[in-house]
Amino acid sequence: MQKLFATIAVIITGAILLNAVEDFPRFGDPHSPPNSGVSGGSVSSSVHYLQNTYLDTRVPNVVTAVLADYRGYDTLFETAVILTAGIAVFAILRVVRRKDEEESTGSEEKACSGEFSTSDSDGEGRHRVVVGTACRVVVPLAQLFGFYIIAHGHPSPGGGFQGGVVLGTSFILLALAGGLGSALGRLREDMYLRLACLGVFIYAGIGLLSLFFRRNFLDYGALSGLLQTGGEEMARSHGIFGVELGVAMTVTSVMFALFANLSTRGELKGGL
Amino acid sequence: MSEHLPVIVVLAPLFGAVIVGFFGTRDRHLCFPIALTALALSFVCSIGVVHHVATVGAWDYFVGGWESPHGVGIQLRADGVNSLLLLAIAVVALLALVYSIRQDGEKDAEKSPFFYVLFLLLCVGLFGITITGDAFNVYVLIEITALTSYGLVAIGSSRRSRVAAFQYLVIGTVGASFYLIGVGYLYLAVGSLNMADIRTILAANPEIANSRIIGTALVFILLGVWTKMGLFPLHGWLPNAYSYCPSGSANLMAPLVTKVSVYVMIRILFGVFGLGVITENPGWSDLVVLIAVGSIVAGSVMALTQREIKKMLCCLIVAEVGYMVGGTWLGDAGRWGLTGSMYHILADAMMTSCLFLAAGVFAKQFGATRLEHLSGLFRRSPWAAGAFTLGGLAMIGVPPMCGFFSKFYLIRGAIDSGHWLYIVALLGSSLVNAILFFRIFEIAYFGEVPESSESSEGGCPTRGRHAAWRTAPLLVAAALTLLLGIFNRPVIDLIRGTVVENIDIVSMQE
Amino acid sequence: MMEWIKTTIVPHFNFWIYVVIMMLGLWAAIGKNNLIKKLIGLSIFQTAILLLYVSMGVKEGASIPIVDETMGEAAVDFMAQGGGAAGATAFPINPDLFANPLPHVLMLTAIVVGVATLGVALALCQVIFRDFGTLEEPEILNQIQTIQDDV
Repeated sequence: MQKLFATIAVIITGAILLNAVEDFPRFGDPHSPPNSGVSGGSVSSSVHYLQNTYLDTRVPNVVTAVLADYRGYDTLFETAVILTAGIAVFAILRVVRRKDEEESTGSEEKACSGEFSTSDSDGEGRHRVVVGTACRVVVPLAQLFGFYIIAHGHPSPGGGFQGGVVLGTSFILLALAGGLGSALGRLREDMYLRLACLGVFIYAGIGLLSLFFRRNFLDYGALSGLLQTGGEEMARSHGIFGVELGVAMTVTSVMFALFANLSTRGELKGGL
Repeated sequence: MSEHLPVIVVLAPLFGAVIVGFFGTRDRHLCFPIALTALALSFVCSIGVVHHVATVGAWDYFVGGWESPHGVGIQLRADGVNSLLLLAIAVVALLALVYSIRQDGEKDAEKSPFFYVLFLLLCVGLFGITITGDAFNVYVLIEITALTSYGLVAIGSSRRSRVAAFQYLVIGTVGASFYLIGVGYLYLAVGSLNMADIRTILAANPEIANSRIIGTALVFILLGVWTKMGLFPLHGWLPNAYSYCPSGSANLMAPLVTKVSVYVMIRILFGVFGLGVITENPGWSDLVVLIAVGSIVAGSVMALTQREIKKMLCCLIVAEVGYMVGGTWLGDAGRWGLTGSMYHILADAMMTSCLFLAAGVFAKQFGATRLEHLSGLFRRSPWAAGAFTLGGLAMIGVPPMCGFFSKFYLIRGAIDSGHWLYIVALLGSSLVNAILFFRIFEIAYFGEVPESSESSEGGCPTRGRHAAWRTAPLLVAAALTLLLGIFNRPVIDLIRGTVVENIDIVSMQE
Repeated sequence: MMEWIKTTIVPHFNFWIYVVIMMLGLWAAIGKNNLIKKLIGLSIFQTAILLLYVSMGVKEGASIPIVDETMGEAAVDFMAQGGGAAGATAFPINPDLFANPLPHVLMLTAIVVGVATLGVALALCQVIFRDFGTLEEPEILNQIQTIQDDV
């Protein structure tokens, strides 16, 4: 019954979606409305981005500039979405406890009230010589690569989200190789939550700075008065970099928080 | 600073959330004051926005200063309707926050720092959706609203709340994705994401406006927002999600999330597609009004069968959503239906807030979650009872209350356009509301006070000095429900200004 | 028939593919009973939308939207010499050489949202499994019918 309903719903939705297909522009058409705009509107935003990004921001990678500057307001909330996911997973797994569980084990009490466990490294990793050694080599390289991606978002593909994921992965690798305790020993639980909040704070804070120069929110050009280098264009470039750092902080810590909580059902011990 | 008010409204709760997350986990006594400060700031700023809109006119704000060429950056736009909605969101959120103030020695899930972070982020989403002028930005903010809602529903103490949250998550994600598909089709057809820009392009190019791509885009955006607001065939998630979540969350979500979705629908309709969509396709508009009638009937019938107070109120939300969707699509010449819908967004936010706060007080102080628990309860708690009565009367549509005026304008619009079925459904639903609420009044005012509850078997652990914190916001909500009705004139005038402005756009196009 | 395929499917094959993938996902999200399978379907559904957007931004003969610095500096010089606004015919940056950046930006957001939703959904699944001991929806609903309010 449910499957029949699903089939009907899917067929109808698909038919509506494909109904319009003949009016669509050809695949790869450089003159389709998204790629070059239509008459009657203002200039196509895509063309404007391609032609003016370097003039406005001195950032060669147009995607980075659009992401963090032209549409930086979107990206601020995108970062907030990540923070929300981290907090929500925390709330669901740590705050919600069944009552009988609460009563049976005293140690649950702490988790129930949403407090942090402060377990340090429990030395599980010592017994895994090969994995542990390989990890010791790979993790610093991975983190270096993560920072490279964050810093290199301007001239090449990369940026805060991508670099943050790589950084987060390095902590997950630590947890896989040496047990969750060894990773938590390096990035404690209350630390990563604060780091996630701090990331969003940095992003919104940089945006807020421009308000004090009587410019609109997220107008990094206003920072030129503060930075004293290279005029408004370079100020935008630096503003984008600062924002990317904030994004990377949030992404790193939430990636690790999601892994640590989901892999241990929120208990942050044993697991794996 | 005053020139940045539209963006500060959204930013204040965001900063509040981040600061609560940073410090609140260490010292949880800080959570409530920080959250209160943030929302109070939003409240003051939204008053400023309303004042500016009422005296000067619509207010455009370009984030990042990317004003020209139009559509390159993200635009915020406050007009006569959404500035009022901002104010309503701020008020309802403040009331819900004060209600959920942490009590000493209590260890409820809804009192943890995470609750406050999610609460504030939900406010960010609601404020942001309301004020933004960018079609894609709405999607991001819808997702913030949705993710925080899933979290706030799931921290309920009942096992059912997790299942309700999961169902909400699946349906909500499909709904938001439909919206995203719709925006994608729009972008494919016109190459822009700025609402005002799309509007200009569609008005200048009728061959694009009448293409099948735009039609499909409209269908999917509507399916998406209808899922989010719980219109009749798509309402499955709503009653469970809002009745099994902790009352602190329900007080915020039930009055606001559906209303903001209705506002998104109105905004997309007249800010992007133009109201020509309604007037030029009478067949389709009639179909939508029919769906709305279905929603009104279904919501009322479901409400009649419920014995749980909160579930009954949730079913009434489905019916109220039907009012607003129907009123928007009436397509009457004077736009009275649209005016009624917009006014009803505000009125319903206040009424629902009042009723849910009252239901929360009954549940928390007397353990009364079902109708039969209410027996004789109003005599024991006269203030809460009076507020609930006011909310109920407003829901029925008794004259000085705000519910009456929205129904008045909705019916006026329906008479203009000759949608008699809609009028019948509206009046029938008012009758059902009257039955429902007078049944409650009868049980609660004249019912016997049960013997067992007098001896306080744990049903009323928090009576005493903390009870005032719960009752005070309830009384404010009830008073606002009354005041919004008595002083409806300036509100209606502000809304009419926006609606008439919009008529000009439509006639320009023709 | 061949004619129809040539005019309707071939030039728009990207849309056909995305619709088919998306409907597979939607079917699983609605029709499957296991909560994890529902989530897999939901993820496929969301990912298909990425295909829609990204394929919109494709231009024939265009490269990734990174303006190399020599071209950028040339544009800066061009502006400095008062060569008119960006978009004039002699302007050194030709937008036809680069893919449309906007869909990429939008889909970065959508990817992030997808990950966030999936994380929350998995957390919910874990709590549901802890509470009910199963992830099959009919069994969960059966159990809900039998429990009284455990508030």
